[in-house]
This record gives sequence, C-alpha cells and structure tokens, in this order.
Amino acid sequence: MGGFFNSSIGRKVAMALSAFFLMFFLLQHLSINLLSVFSPELFNEVSHFMGTNPVVQFALQPVLIFAVVFHFVMGFILEVRNKKANGVAYVKNNGAANSSWFSRNMIWSGVTILAFILLHFIDFWFPEINTKFIQGDWSGTIEGVDGYRYYEELVHKFANPLRVGAYVLAFVFLGLHLAHGFTSAFQSVGGTAGRKKTLQFIGKAYSIVIPAGFVFVAVYHLFNH
Amino acid sequence: MDLTLKIWRQKDSNTKGQMVDYKVTEISEHMSFLEMMDVMNEQLITKGEEPVAFDHDCREGICGMCSMYINGEAHGPDRGVTTCQLHMRMFKHGDTITIEPWRAAAFPVIKDLVVNRSAFDRIQHAGGYISVNTSGNTQDANSIPIQKQAADQAMDAATCIGCGACVATCKNSSAMLFVGAKVSQYALLPQGQVEAADRVKNMVAQMDLEGFGNCTNTGACEVECPKGISLDNIARMNRELMKASI
Ligand code: HEM
Ligand code: SF4
Ligand code: FES
Repeated sequence: MGGFFNSSIGRKVAMALSAFFLMFFLLQHLSINLLSVFSPELFNEVSHFMGTNPVVQFALQPVLIFAVVFHFVMGFILEVRNKKANGVAYVKNNGAANSSWFSRNMIWSGVTILAFILLHFIDFWFPEINTKFIQGDWSGTIEGVDGYRYYEELVHKFANPLRVGAYVLAFVFLGLHLAHGFTSAFQSVGGTAGRKKTLQFIGKAYSIVIPAGFVFVAVYHLFNH
Repeated sequence: MDLTLKIWRQKDSNTKGQMVDYKVTEISEHMSFLEMMDVMNEQLITKGEEPVAFDHDCREGICGMCSMYINGEAHGPDRGVTTCQLHMRMFKHGDTITIEPWRAAAFPVIKDLVVNRSAFDRIQHAGGYISVNTSGNTQDANSIPIQKQAADQAMDAATCIGCGACVATCKNSSAMLFVGAKVSQYALLPQGQVEAADRVKNMVAQMDLEGFGNCTNTGACEVECPKGISLDNIARMNRELMKASI
C-alpha cells in the first residue's frame, strides 16, 4: 500500500472505513436496545450473551474501541490540517450558499458525540468492565434481582430526566453527523453511488431512524416505570 | 447604479493587508463585474490613488484568471460563471459588495486581489499529461474506438479551467475537485491508461505537498465551479489512487 494511508485521500478512506464499522455497530446496538421495550427477558438473554461471549468481548469489542478512538483522533487530525490549509480567513463567507450546515460542522457534531461517549462509558461501560474484569463476576446477576441484572440497570439509568435529556441532545447531533456522514463515507471510498438517489434515501432514513430509535428507548423507560 | 465596495488591499506578499471601502458611481447594469472594476480603477486613478490589482485575461470565461471572492462566494452569487461573466444586473443601486482574494495557504496573495496559483501548475507537471508526441503527427481521432459515455465524461472533466474557485470555496482549501478533474480526463480514455497509476499517485502527492486540505465531501466546490465539474471526479480519483496503491 506504500504511503497510501499517509495521503490526504488515504486518510479519508480510513476515516470512512472506521465510520462504516461504527454505523454497523449502531445498528446492532439499537436492535438490542429495542428488545428492552418489547421483551425484558430477551433483552437480558441477549445482553448476557454479548457481555460474556468471548468472540464479542475479545475480538469485536477491541475492534470497536479501536474504531471509535481512531475515528475521533483522525477527525481532530483532519480538522487541524484543514485549518492550516485555510490560511487567512475570509471577512465574508457565505457557506450556506453552497453546502449544508452539518457537512461544514462535522467536527462539532463529532465533539458532541464524543462527550456523550464519555458519559456513556462512565454510565455503562466502566461499571461493566469493573464487574467483569476487576471483580471477576461474569454471572450477570446481582442480589435482589431475579434473573439477569441488565434490564434492571437500564431502567434505573433512564429514570433520571437529566440523563435522558443529555442522551436525546447527543442523538440529535448524531443524526446531524450521519445526515452528512452516511453518503460522505461512500463518496470517500470512491463510490459515485454516494450520489445516487437510493443511497441518499437510505442515508436520510438511517440518520433519522437510528437516533430516533435510541431516543425512543430512553424516553420509553423514563415514562413507563 | 452607485455602489459601496469593500475591497482587500495588500501592497505585496510580505505586507499585511486590510479591507478598504470605496464608492463607485455610474455603473451600468449591463457591465460585467470586471468592467465595473475598470470603472472604479479609473475613478481611483483620476483621484491620484493606486488602482486595485486583479487578475484577468480572456474576459470570456475560459482562462480562469479572474479570481475574486464576491460577497462570500467564489465568482460571486451567480452560478456557472467566472467573475468576467458575472453581470452587474445581479446587484442593485446602493448595494455594498465585499471583494476578497482567494483564501488558501497554498494560494498566497501577491497583491490586492491577485493570488499565486502556481501550485496548480506544479500539480499538472507532476502527471497531468500523456508522454506521446501529439504535435505534427496527430492521428485520426476515430482510430481508437472510445465509448461515447467515457468520451463525454472525459470532455466534461477537461472543461476545468484551473480557476481555483473550488479551493477558494472549500472550507478545507482542498484541491480535490481540480485534481479529480485532471486525473479523470485521462483515466477515462485509453490514451491515459499507460501512465494512469503513476499519474494519480504523483498528482495527489504534489497536491498534498502544496498544502491543500482534505475533502469533507461538503460539495461546495461543485456548486461554485464555473464549469460544473462533478464530485464524481473526486470519487474517481479516490478509486484510481486505491487501484494504484494496492
Ligand atoms: C458512533 C459515533 C460516530 C459515527 C457513527 C460516525 C460516523 C461518521 C461518518 C459516516 C463520517 C463520514 C466519513 C467520510 O466522509 O468518509 C464521519 C465523519 C467525521 N466524523 Fe464521525 N462518527 C461518529 C463519531 C464521531 C466522533 C466522536 C467524532 C469526534 C470528533 C467524529 C468526527 C468526525 C469528523 C470530524 C468527520 C469528518 C471528517 C472529514 O471528512 O473531514 N465522529 N463520521
Ligand atoms: S474544478 Fe471547477 S472550480 Fe476547480 S479549478 Fe476546475 S473549473 Fe475551477
Ligand atoms: S478573465 Fe478569463 S475566465 Fe475570467
């Protein structure tokens, strides 16, 4: 591959590949979250499987962490390089005349998502890691709860309106990020398909349905317990 | 019509510049933007002031020299035109018009509105050619069959005039529309195949070396390009580079 990934285009391709993985992950994550609305038992089962299966834990999870970290680090690198390429700023610049707000502000929707990811790690992921890897408890159960603990923990987290509010805000920005990002990623890997009607439609649908799905799960639990 | 112009004045590349206000009177709506600039410069000269330096040559939309960022858009508010093709009927009496040079680290200002676009020349020199002697012994155009669609797309890419509006417009000062067009016009034709891999690698390497930014696919360049060069050319360049690198 030579210096491909050190070229401007190579960086874009790498950015798109990490984004593809993240978009696939979101789809998978939302599917499981939705189970919590329809069947707490099934949600518990699947959560326990995902949380203890060695392939998920030791193969997919590291890839996910790498993809997230790579994506936002590269996002910052590109932002810095692009600012440098700008030189002197225009006194008057009418960006809205030729491009969408969210396409010009990927870094800001990205930073909002990053803030959310940190919150999410403190909320869900660090406790999981602590339970499983530090305390060595892989049972998926806790005292006082029949069956697995996952559903109970989820409901408990979404009882706080402030947390749900922050959650909703973050997903609005995720929607904006994806409204541009989805088709952009296809364009980056060389697909003129990124400009075909069907793909634009799928991109729009994805950027609305996925965030709306996550928001629905959170709001549902806030008001139904 | 009478207008107020806010124009970037800069003595030379080493001096700091600033925006200066000018009043210009008796502008006809039939004038082109450059003719308006001529009138203004004449009025400045009559007053004993230094005229505003700006680039221009053909004044018919084919040389790509007339770089001006007008009211926050490359070549002004009209679509599919260069500054020399922009008419004053796009403006009205009493308007204030902001005029700035192209802004990009790779396009340093030489004087006032004139920028140095030789970075584009160096990208072209890195691979924007075929090494066949085309002078004197030109073959019949139909001796190599070319698919109609490919020929059309190559011609469309080849209409790029190297004006730099794409770079000026891009929030990242990326030159990918220009380079995409220059790569595509050969990549689509049989004559371009022999040197295809080296061409795209060398042109992209030169583009990066010149300090142009990365592409975020905002699509602003395509909207502002006077020749309607399509984003598909960037996707094609990305494919060509991937193909050449694997
Ligand atoms: C799960 C979360 C995320 C998803 C699904 C996602 C998805 C995407 C997609 C699909 C793209 C378009 C890629 C391309 O044009 O090739 C993109 C670009 C981008 N992302 Fe994300 N992203 C996420 C999180 C983040 C975070 C946390 C940041 C942090 C700063 C970020 C910053 C960026 C930036 C700056 C770009 C534009 C890069 C450019 O083309 O100039 N993203 N993202
Ligand atoms: S691609 Fe369009 S805007 Fe860019 S240099 Fe060529 S003609 Fe000008
Ligand atoms: S002066 Fe030649 S394109 Fe405008």
